[in-house]
Amino acid sequence: MTLQDSITTALKGLQATKSRSALTVLGIVIGISAIILMMALGSGAESLILNQIGGLGAETIVIRPGKEPSGPSDFGSTLFANSLKNRDVEALSRKENAPHIVEVMPTLVVPGSVSYEGETYQPSIIGGSVDFFSEAFQVYVQDGVTFDDADIRQNANVAVIGAKVKEELFGLSDALGQNIAIKNRKFRVVGVFPKKGQVGFFNFDELVIVPYTTAQLYLLGIDYYHEIIVKAESPGVVPRTVNDIEATLRETHNIADPKDDDFFVVTQQALVEQVQVIIGALTLFLSSVVAIALVVGGIGVMNIMLVSVTERTREIGLRKALGATQKDILLQFLLEAIILTGIGGVIGITIGGVLAFGASLIVQATFSSDWTFVFPISAVVLGVGVSTAVGFVFGIYPARQASKKSPIEALRYE
Amino acid sequence: MALIELENVEKTYDDGTQALRGISFRIEKGDFVAIMGPSGSGKSTVLHILGFLDRHTKGTYRFEGKTIDDYSDEELAHIRNQKMGFVFQAFNLLPRATVLENVMLPLLYSSTRPSLREQMAKEAIEAVGLSHRLGHLSSELSGGEKQRVAIARALVNKPEVIFADEPTGNLDSASGKIIMEILEDLNEKHGHTILLITHETYTAETAKRIVHILDGKVEGDNGVNQRRRAHDSFVK
Ligand SMILES: Nc1ncnc2c1ncn2[C@@H]1O[C@H](COP(=O)(O)OP(=O)(O)OP(=O)(O)O)[C@@H](O)[C@H]1O
Ligand SMILES: [Mg+2]
Repeated sequence: MTLQDSITTALKGLQATKSRSALTVLGIVIGISAIILMMALGSGAESLILNQIGGLGAETIVIRPGKEPSGPSDFGSTLFANSLKNRDVEALSRKENAPHIVEVMPTLVVPGSVSYEGETYQPSIIGGSVDFFSEAFQVYVQDGVTFDDADIRQNANVAVIGAKVKEELFGLSDALGQNIAIKNRKFRVVGVFPKKGQVGFFNFDELVIVPYTTAQLYLLGIDYYHEIIVKAESPGVVPRTVNDIEATLRETHNIADPKDDDFFVVTQQALVEQVQVIIGALTLFLSSVVAIALVVGGIGVMNIMLVSVTERTREIGLRKALGATQKDILLQFLLEAIILTGIGGVIGITIGGVLAFGASLIVQATFSSDWTFVFPISAVVLGVGVSTAVGFVFGIYPARQASKKSPIEALRYE
Repeated sequence: MALIELENVEKTYDDGTQALRGISFRIEKGDFVAIMGPSGSGKSTVLHILGFLDRHTKGTYRFEGKTIDDYSDEELAHIRNQKMGFVFQAFNLLPRATVLENVMLPLLYSSTRPSLREQMAKEAIEAVGLSHRLGHLSSELSGGEKQRVAIARALVNKPEVIFADEPTGNLDSASGKIIMEILEDLNEKHGHTILLITHETYTAETAKRIVHILDGKVEGDNGVNQRRRAHDSFVK
């Protein structure tokens, strides 16, 4: 008997009990569509959350002075630590020290307020590089321009301000080219950020960015930085780059024992990993619920196959009398079970896909988030694989029962 | 070499029933043998053993000179498919399949090329005179027609021997006559060996030989002196 004959025979067998087969397969349909829905929602949620926390970019690394805080009481110490200096920036910028670093930006936090013609406002004043911020957070100056490396080198008195700051100080009138005062020093507004709200660690609406050189020299009068932010080539090289940074800084700081480090490195990696662990755990939990559903569905299939084997005792006996071997009968009934659950799997994949698409539309409409509909090929492969496997596992026992029937018992059966 | 050779064959069922208590007879190629005996005497049991549908518990059964203990289940299934045809009292057709599909069934389990199957099945159906019913579901046929389909199915692999267990038992005499004419024809014109179980003397007398069985033993094994023609035997 060719495989094609076996499949045709199995299909005819199923056709004879169409509505019963349809009901039997319902459990599998539900189980598989749940898998597909879950996988699609899971990967959708994962990419959404990772996008949100990835505001600071997974390839961004922050270096802070002092010891890594191990408790709340330690926290203040980092602000006063003065270990990160320009030599560190220069050392990190050298390719031979850290080949995968693309850009290095020192930052400073300037306490205080800004004022313009009698209006005063208390934003977050950061000494840094606008280009770096734009790259890292994907927020670009809308009105005007950024200040560039030349401005930074020349300690220029220029500033890029957030939308809220602009509104508070200037109202509806134009801010570009106007001079705002920070600590009695005049800064020319060269650019305004669009309204973006919180992105990563920063509320861009409340931000004033001035060149870090200017902030260090004229606003704070210090010779160190509060933070150095580094951008690596890609998220994949982050762990390697962290090692490079630690080695480089230990050298410039003459530190032999890592315990004596006067700086510490923060990456998004840990957070990303945590989210992945949480989503993974959630998926695992839901998977086990689905697995139970599939087992129940599989038992349903086994039950109906056993009924079918009993009902068709006569047919089995006849086929054996006409020359069917045990293998032929086994294959016939096993194929029936596998085709049955396989069809359930295909229907389940379709329904699951439609549900996942519907869910993505609802999420988009309700939370106006940039949730993307993900329908991974792996889900299709898994759906087909799992459903046929269920057919195999729960079909093998009834099929064996069928194949072992003796022809005379079967023919005698009334 | 006899086609079939039984030597002191015994059969005890699992529940202890001793259905056969030492049966011996031979059937040559081309023979037409009727087995007669009262109900429960062991006729069907003999036929099941001869057709490899069941195994005997003692004695020797040689088919084409080889004892069946030499064969695996798979080989027995293959021989059954290639060399044996069965006709049962209860027809045993697949009700939801057409006449053609029913007759093609044994070919499915043989190595016959798929392209040849339909042609072979049509020839067998032609031989029992049912070509006009090819596409009918077997459940739509009369009893006599069903049994003719069963014979076509038994024929389709051109078997060495056809085993028929009371093939006319469920039929009226007119239909029974047609069945017997077909069997007679198969034996005379096509050389098929036929083993027929019946409890009607006038049916048995269309055979060349009658083996009488009683309580699981052969009581008599005689040639038929005055063979009836199937055509005449049912004119009651
Ligand atoms: N599977 C079985 N298990 C136990 N006993 C059986 C089995 N099949 C048949 N028998 C017994 O074996 C004996 C012979 O049965 P068998 O069917 O061969 O009789 P038979 O001659 O064909 O009768 P009938 O003319 O009624 O068909 C009977 O006593 C029967 O009850
Ligand atoms: Mg009987």
